[in-house]
Amino acid sequence: MTTFLARRVVQAVGVVWGVSVIVFALVRLAPSDPITLMLSETASPQQIAEARHQLGFDQPIPVQYAIFVEHALHGDLGQSIYYKEPALGVVLRALPMTLLLGGLAFMISLLVAIPVGVLAAVRRDSLWDYVGMGLALVGQAVPPYWLGIVLILLFSVTLHLLPTSGSFGPQYIILPAVTLAAVLMPIVTRLVRSGMLDVLHEDYLRTARAKGLPERTVLVSHALRSMLIPLVTVLGLQLSSLLGGAVVIEQVFGWPGVGQIAINAVSARDYPVIQADVLVVSTAFVFLNLAVDALYAWLDPRIRISA
Amino acid sequence: MVGAGLLVVIIVVAAAAPLLAPFSPLDQAPPLNNRPPLWTDPSGGLRLLGTDPLGRDVLSRILFGARVSLLIGATAVLVAGSIGVVLGLLAGYVGGLLEAVIMRLVDTLLAIPFVLLAIVSVALFGQNLPGLVLILGLTGWLGYARVVRGVVLSVKAMPYVEAARALGGSPLRLVVRHVLPGVWTPVIVLATQQVGTMMIAESSLTFLGIGVPPSIPTWGAMIADGRAYVSLAWWVSTFPGLALSITVLAVYFFGDGLRDVLDPRLRL
Repeated sequence: MTTFLARRVVQAVGVVWGVSVIVFALVRLAPSDPITLMLSETASPQQIAEARHQLGFDQPIPVQYAIFVEHALHGDLGQSIYYKEPALGVVLRALPMTLLLGGLAFMISLLVAIPVGVLAAVRRDSLWDYVGMGLALVGQAVPPYWLGIVLILLFSVTLHLLPTSGSFGPQYIILPAVTLAAVLMPIVTRLVRSGMLDVLHEDYLRTARAKGLPERTVLVSHALRSMLIPLVTVLGLQLSSLLGGAVVIEQVFGWPGVGQIAINAVSARDYPVIQADVLVVSTAFVFLNLAVDALYAWLDPRIRISA
Repeated sequence: MVGAGLLVVIIVVAAAAPLLAPFSPLDQAPPLNNRPPLWTDPSGGLRLLGTDPLGRDVLSRILFGARVSLLIGATAVLVAGSIGVVLGLLAGYVGGLLEAVIMRLVDTLLAIPFVLLAIVSVALFGQNLPGLVLILGLTGWLGYARVVRGVVLSVKAMPYVEAARALGGSPLRLVVRHVLPGVWTPVIVLATQQVGTMMIAESSLTFLGIGVPPSIPTWGAMIADGRAYVSLAWWVSTFPGLALSITVLAVYFFGDGLRDVLDPRLRL
């Protein structure tokens, strides 16, 4: 297990490094000059040249990258032009909000998708199956942000049950989390269904039934458990959609997460914050994936041994 | 086949938008703003789906928006597919360091949520239509590369490929005659399904204000326009969203049907 994890950690660090190169390259490739943006419009050419020298922009690119990495390792990702404080701080303040939203959405989607998927598999080709799969298909076709607006229309504007936007209390997270959960639900439902269908006719289930175990025990303790492994892998892959979806949904509901920070930074041309945002989110994603891999390896010993 | 039929209808409607649309999609008329569906304006024109916050006819904008959405979706998939197939072929056929580099690139790009990558690009390079298609294409090639590489690796090991190589076949001939035929089916299935995903992606970016420039009517922009007025004028956001959902659903049905025809083994 330790060797497997160690190898995965090294890979993860490699990916984070790759992301830093891409982000660094993108900012340097931009046609507009970050320096002139960071200083006021009345800055003299001499002041601009001084700032350029101070921030290392007059150095060759490899040197600039080395400076960038050195600062990043000390937690310095530049100063936010808009917030006038360290960019990393701005992003780290918003990250827990996004993780909270994502985490809750993830749990809601599992709570709904697993039972629906199991029911669709067990009652294959029945009304349950068609309705479940139909909803999954529709769910994949509906744009998440539009679903959010429709839910606002229904639950806030018409029924006055929930607030439209912001984050001033626990009830404010319900609609955003449900909307984000709807992004994951279709794919998880389909996977649970197809995984269960594969497993339902296996011999060990026949044995369990022959032993006289109630069907519910057969399904939950035997069938569902063996399905967990492929489910966990796919969930790892869906993390990207979850994080990406969170960015859009935060905009619909005014949820103050990293997505909102990024969008505001674009209008304000706040490059340090944009850079920090991408780096932090990607790093979070990489390490979340690492946690998923560790879970996967713990669930299935064959993975630890063969890797 | 339902999907194919519906899709054909949508494409025809989109192409015929200038003939079908009762009003111009760009005509602003502030005194006529936020009128409900089935409202008749003072000059006698029936606004079937109402008007938006700037007085523009919602139905006409939906019809014209169909063209942009379909066009961007299809073009982005073409770009993504081309890049992905080429890189997948290179990775699978050449192997070695090139394959390692390409696969590491895939892993790295997968770590950055697509929306954030798009945000960064727009912030740095500005907002324009070719740029948007490029961004969508550059983030969409990953699936193709993986699939194509997989197929290449399995075909490469086949005896007939080894025989062809022994007989002196050039790499290009080997790729074209032996590898590509095995690659088309999964690529086409992936491509048709991705059109729907690209349409949703483009509309999400436009909704966020970093997609299609505001002068062009698109479904994402219409939904964004209606967000602020959702309590006053629910139709402004609702109808374009419905149109987009139905179109994407049609694309998925078509893709599923195509996959069942071409290769039922790929069924989920």
